[in-house]
Amino acid sequence: MTTPPSPSEPLAPGLGTIVPEQAPGEVAPGGVPEGKARSLFVRGLEVFLENKLAIVGVAILVAMVLFCYIGPLLYHTDQVHVHLANEDLAPGAGHPLGTDSSGYDVLGRLMAGGQVSLEVGLAAGFLATVLGTVWGAVAGYAGGIVDAVMMRLVDAMLAIPTLFLALVVVSMFPATETELIIVVALTSWLTTSRLIRGEALSLRVRDYVQAMKVMGGGGTRAVFRHIAPNAVGTIIVNATFQVADAILLVVALSYLGLGVQPPKTDWGGMLSNGVQYTYDGYWWLIYPAGICIVLVVIAINFIGDALRDAFEVRLQRR
Amino acid sequence: MPGPPGTPVSTRKERTLTAFLLRRVLQAIIVILIVTVITFALLRAIPGNVAIAVLGPTAYRNPATIAHFNAEYGFNKPWFDQYFLWLGHLLQGNLGYSWKLNQSVASLLGSHVPKTLILGGISTILALLVAIPIGVWQAVRRNRAVDYTFTAFSFLFYAAPSFFVGTVLIMVFSDKMHIFGAEGPQGGVVNDLTDWKDMTLPVVTLALITFALFSRYMRSSMLDNITEDYVRTARAKGAPERRVLIRHVLRNSLIPIATLVGLNLPVIAAGALITESVFNYPGVGYLFFQSALNQDYPVLLGILIVVAIATVIGSLLADIAYAVLDPRVRYVRS
Repeated sequence: MTTPPSPSEPLAPGLGTIVPEQAPGEVAPGGVPEGKARSLFVRGLEVFLENKLAIVGVAILVAMVLFCYIGPLLYHTDQVHVHLANEDLAPGAGHPLGTDSSGYDVLGRLMAGGQVSLEVGLAAGFLATVLGTVWGAVAGYAGGIVDAVMMRLVDAMLAIPTLFLALVVVSMFPATETELIIVVALTSWLTTSRLIRGEALSLRVRDYVQAMKVMGGGGTRAVFRHIAPNAVGTIIVNATFQVADAILLVVALSYLGLGVQPPKTDWGGMLSNGVQYTYDGYWWLIYPAGICIVLVVIAINFIGDALRDAFEVRLQRR
Repeated sequence: MPGPPGTPVSTRKERTLTAFLLRRVLQAIIVILIVTVITFALLRAIPGNVAIAVLGPTAYRNPATIAHFNAEYGFNKPWFDQYFLWLGHLLQGNLGYSWKLNQSVASLLGSHVPKTLILGGISTILALLVAIPIGVWQAVRRNRAVDYTFTAFSFLFYAAPSFFVGTVLIMVFSDKMHIFGAEGPQGGVVNDLTDWKDMTLPVVTLALITFALFSRYMRSSMLDNITEDYVRTARAKGAPERRVLIRHVLRNSLIPIATLVGLNLPVIAAGALITESVFNYPGVGYLFFQSALNQDYPVLLGILIVVAIATVIGSLLADIAYAVLDPRVRYVRS
C-alpha cells in the first residue's frame, strides 16, 4: 500500500510500535490499542473498507446471518417432525424451494442447517485458533528442546490429512455438535501454531520481552501478555481462514454421513440427502445448500484477505 | 549459479547440502515415529473391547475365549509392550487385519492404492498443465480482466466443496447431457486408462481442487520473480520480453511449484477421499470412507499410517527438490 501516512502518525520507524507504549494488560485480545496506535487501527480499518471485495464479503455474511437467525422468526416451518406425505415436492406455492425426502421445507431447513454450519464452524475455528496460538507461542517462547518436541508433534499431526483424522475420531464417537466442534478444532489448530511460533521466535528476543524477563516476569506472562497480543494481526487473519476451513470440514463430515445427526442437519447434511436424488432431477435439494456453502466460504475468505491487507498497513508503520 | 563442482567453495556447499539432507531425513524418521505413536493412541482410544468386536457380541459369556484372544494378540500386555509389538509388525509390512472384510490391510491397500495413484496422478498432471500457463498469463496481464476472471475462478473452486462440484458435474454432464458416466471405472488400473467416459468426471473434479491452488501459486511466484534484479538485467541486455519471461522468470517460478506438488499430497488425499466417495471409485479414499462407516478400525489406522508416511516423504522430496533446484538455498545454508 502506498498511501501517505496521516499527520497524526509517527513518521520515524519504530515509534509506531504498539506494545511498548502501553502497560501490559491494557490490550484486550483483538482490542484497540490507545493513543498513537489507535490511528493505526483507524488506518487499518480504512484499508479494510477501501477493499470492495471485503465489503461484498461482509454484506454476504451479514445477509446469511440474518437469513439463518431472523429468517425462522418470519418464515415458520416444522423442522422436527417428518411429513412423508409432503416428500420431494417441487418448488411451488407454500414451499418456495420445495421439500426434501422427509417432507421438510427446504427453505426453512436452509435456515436451520445454516445455524448449525455457522455455529460449529465459528466455534471450531475459534477454538482451533486459541489452541494453535497458545501451543505456538509457548513453543516459540520456550525454544530449545521444548520447541523441538512440540513442533515435531505438530509435524506428525500435519502429516495426517485433517479429513482423515477427523473421520477416524468421528467414527469412534458418534458426533454431536459439541463433539464436532472439538474434533474439528483438535485436528485443525496445527497451521496456526506454526505461524504463531514463527512470530514468537522473533518477538521473544525483542527488548521489551527481555526487559520483562530481567524484571522477573515468568513464561506465562510473556506468552499471554506480550507474545499473543503482539501477534494479534496474524491471529485474527488466521482465525478468519480457520473458520472458513472449519465450515468446509464440518460440511464434508456431514456429507459423508458422520456429521450432525437427524433431525438436526447442516448444509453438508442437506447436500448428502439431496445427492441421493441426483437422477430424479431434484435440483432444489442440491443447489441451494451448495450455493450457501460457497457464498459463506467465499465471503469469509474475502474478509480474511482484506484483514491481512489492513494488518499489513499496521506492520508497515512499525 | 554456483561454480562448477570441484572448486573448494562448491565442495563446501555440497557438504552443507549433504548435512542438510541428512538432518532432514532424520527429522522425517522422527516425525513418522510420532505418527505411529498417535495412531497407536487412537487404536487404544477405540471404545469397547477388541475381543468382543471380533468374536461377536455374545463372546462375553465365554471369558476363556476372550482371554485366549487377548493373549494371542497381546492385548493382555502393558501398553508399551503392545506398542512395540505393533511397531514390529508394522516394520515387517504387517499393517493389521480387517476382521470385518476378512482380509489383511496390506492386501486391501494393494488393490486400492493403484486406483488412487492413477486418479491422483492424472488429475495432478492435468491441473498443472492448465494451471501453469494460466498462472503465467495472469501474471503477465495482472490486474486486467483475464487476471480477475481466473482469480474469481480459483476463489470459487477453493470455496466449493468437492462433493458439490462433483455432484453438479454429474447433474450436468451425466444426467442431462449423457456425455460422461456418473460412476468411476470399477475394474483394475487398465480399465481406468481405457474407460475415459467414466474416468473423466472424477479426474476433472479432483483436478479442479488442485487447479485453484496451483494457478494462484504460479501467479504469485511469477510476480515475485518479475521484480527480481536478474530480470531487469536480462531486459537491460536487450533480451526480448518473450525470452525473458520463458527463460528467466518461468524457469525460476517453477521451483516453488515443484515443491508444492510434493507438499500437496494431503490435499490430494483428502480430495481423493471425497471424489472417490462421490463417484464410487474404489480407491483408498473410498475404502477409508467405507471403513469409517463400518467402524473397521484396523483398515482406518492402516490407511492413516500409509497416508502419513506418503505425506512425510512428499514434503521431504519437496525440500530436497527445492535445495537441489534453487542454488540460492545452498548459499543460505553455507
